[in-house]
Amino acid sequence: VIVLHGRGIVGGRAEGEALVTHETISGWGGIDPMTGTVIEIRHELRGQSFKDRVLVFPGAKGSSGWSNAFHMTRLTKSAPLAMVFNQMTTKIALGAVVTRVPAVTELDQDPLSIIESGDWVRVDGDAGTVEITKKRS
Amino acid sequence: MILADDEKAMLDGSGGIAKQRAMELLVRYAQALGAERFVDTTNIAGVPGSSTLFLQDYFEEHAGDGSFEAVFSLYDLDAAEVMPVPKSGGNCCHLQGGLDLEHWAELGMSREAMEHQRADEAALERHGIRIMKTCTPYLAGNLPVRGEHCAWMESSAVVYCNSVIGARTNTEGRESTSAAMLTGKIPDWGFHRDQYRHATHLIQVEAPVETVMDWGMLGYFIGAAVEENIPVLSGAIRQADPLRHKHFGAAASSSGGVEMYHIVGVTPEAPDLEAALGSRKPLATIHYGAEERRRIYETLNANGHDPKVDYVMLGCPHASIDQFRDVARLLDGKKIRTQLWMFTSRAVKTVADISGFTKRIEDAGGVVMTDTCSAIARAVPPGTKVVALDSAKQTHYLPAMVGVEAWFGTTEDCINAALTGRWNGELK
Repeated sequence: VIVLHGRGIVGGRAEGEALVTHETISGWGGIDPMTGTVIEIRHELRGQSFKDRVLVFPGAKGSSGWSNAFHMTRLTKSAPLAMVFNQMTTKIALGAVVTRVPAVTELDQDPLSIIESGDWVRVDGDAGTVEITKKRS
Repeated sequence: MILADDEKAMLDGSGGIAKQRAMELLVRYAQALGAERFVDTTNIAGVPGSSTLFLQDYFEEHAGDGSFEAVFSLYDLDAAEVMPVPKSGGNCCHLQGGLDLEHWAELGMSREAMEHQRADEAALERHGIRIMKTCTPYLAGNLPVRGEHCAWMESSAVVYCNSVIGARTNTEGRESTSAAMLTGKIPDWGFHRDQYRHATHLIQVEAPVETVMDWGMLGYFIGAAVEENIPVLSGAIRQADPLRHKHFGAAASSSGGVEMYHIVGVTPEAPDLEAALGSRKPLATIHYGAEERRRIYETLNANGHDPKVDYVMLGCPHASIDQFRDVARLLDGKKIRTQLWMFTSRAVKTVADISGFTKRIEDAGGVVMTDTCSAIARAVPPGTKVVALDSAKQTHYLPAMVGVEAWFGTTEDCINAALTGRWNGELK
């Protein structure tokens, strides 16, 4: 088990399988809020859903509808279980707050180089920690 | 956080429960950002209380109330109860709607959706919020001054506000702007602060950048190259008009997260390169030459295959009066063979109407619509398989959102496609 330490920006605890991307994610126009599926053309996660998974990504890009799109996933029950990300922006801060899932950033090691899709990840937004159990290869 | 007395008073509830909930949300947001204080703002542009039928139905089902007040309370302010929403002061405006109140049927919308929007607008009026309904507030009557603290949504307007005007805003969201409309507060973070506004990446422009399409391509290239960073452009570029800045910024904030850019000798905070960079060294220097230009053109046209065009969409971001003049001139006395929709604000459409531009476009077979666009409304004419666009931003979004092929080119390429039914655009 690997433990990363950072700053929790939305409290609470959640755990589940990681969905990792090295590309920033667009909210409005980049995801389908009804299903939590990434729809952006040329995005490496295109066609995959973050519903019920721990979303590990560099950060947010694109439209100011980012928070609204992720807020909607909360209503449609398609939200990620938790968010782990690197780059702080107003889009992601507000989006994480209204999605109301545990969210952690400013980690002491780059989560993108440590976590792979399929790893089991436990996110503690109160303590600001991310615990990773690597999937069996 | 360091809170001012008026902020503490709102948090304590002395301004009423809606302001209290709004302040609570802003504090959660500010703490997530790591902001230490708030800044006062009276220039707020968002989408307060507006609901799609989905949201209305959702809150009717789950809270027994799908009214404006309910959506504003439960969704915008993320509160647990429906509250009376007080009137907003200052320069608060609503940026977008999902449909044109006159052409809703062409957009494929139901009468119910149209009536719902009318009810929303009546509520906005009661709450002291200006119905601007455009992604280009700066072309429609909300033009801040340099240094003014704003709280704006709409990425293309945000980048224009910071870069071209020199006013100060982060990319705010629906919830933060609605909360700011009640409190007059927004986190003092990011672009509100001097040290955040300096350029980080130097872009050496070596290919000529003349047309609106050129500016769109350059913006699209830069957004992908610098992501959420701040570019400063130097080299083969001359003063651009507002239309070119509009397309450049919209593209850069779509392929990346650019919220501010500098152009040496052009934009207000870049009298010279040194000032733009804040006397620091750029993290990277990126070249934009003929090869990069060719590559970005191919990227933007990668989703175009069938030369038979069904639909031409203009007005992303919402068309300026100059674009109306150009399109009216290109269409004058001719008839189009595709569908053509041109989107703008009600303010600009009023001027286009009285200048005769709207009639000339309609006489050729086009439709001028306000409030929305194909991406926002997720609406294209029935049976559309292939669209032609002069906006890199719309080219970025529309194919993914409505499942169509898209060609990208100049406004003239698009009008040619409308007149002939075929795409003949190429990079010149």
